[in-house]
Amino acid sequence: MPRRVPHDDRPAYTEFLPRWYRPRMSTYWWLKRRAYLTFILRELSSVFVAWFVVFLLMLVAAVSRGEESYRQFLSWSGSPVVVVLNLVSLFFVVFHAVTWFNLAPQAMPVRLRGKRIPGSWVTASNYAAWAVASALVAWLLLGG
Amino acid sequence: MPRRPIEPLLWLLFSAGGMVVALLIPALVFLCGLAFPLGWLPAPSHAHLLALLGHPVTRIALFLLCVLALLHWAHRFRYTLYDGLQIKHLNEVINSFCYGGAIVGSVLAGYLLWQVP
Repeated sequence: MPRRVPHDDRPAYTEFLPRWYRPRMSTYWWLKRRAYLTFILRELSSVFVAWFVVFLLMLVAAVSRGEESYRQFLSWSGSPVVVVLNLVSLFFVVFHAVTWFNLAPQAMPVRLRGKRIPGSWVTASNYAAWAVASALVAWLLLGG
Repeated sequence: MPRRPIEPLLWLLFSAGGMVVALLIPALVFLCGLAFPLGWLPAPSHAHLLALLGHPVTRIALFLLCVLALLHWAHRFRYTLYDGLQIKHLNEVINSFCYGGAIVGSVLAGYLLWQVP
């Protein structure tokens, strides 16, 4: 005769714990839907972020080694492979930025005097900050 | 996966990194990666870049950018491998590779920015 298990929200451990049903998922599950593919592409943008850190540090190293090595770095960064890599990186980092800013109202609901500020305001202020930051970078690099 | 008290901190660093990356890296990739090498815009002179890097504020800002961007990569790439390829049995290896790589990269960034003349 089976032992009665009380119906509680925290059921006691029994030795009849059923084996979980876990269907095997395909490794390529993210190709099945557009939304899944977008998710994986957004996650992959991080790889290009890491590449750009490497590229930036190579630029810093070249500049500190002197004028000649800076010139070599410039001609190396103009070679087709590096240009294509940076073009793909630009696509991915812009994709990251756009998805990040569009998600901002969900990630940080801002309240003012107890009322929630409309999400579009949060997004708009993020885009404004992006414009200011990009202008600052351009101003610093192009010589002020 | 066991509960680790460090997880919230990693998420915080991931978010901070994501914000900094979104604000600064698109412009930097466009200028340093495409516009200057391809001659769309005149590349800054060596003296100008040296003066820019010579300022401590630039170096600290670039160091923080590198560290946060690498930690952002580590966290996101770890979950890309975890969810995308479902290689859950290699969890320890993936974690060491991602966060270890971010730490090594940060130390290297610190060294390279420190030794700018």
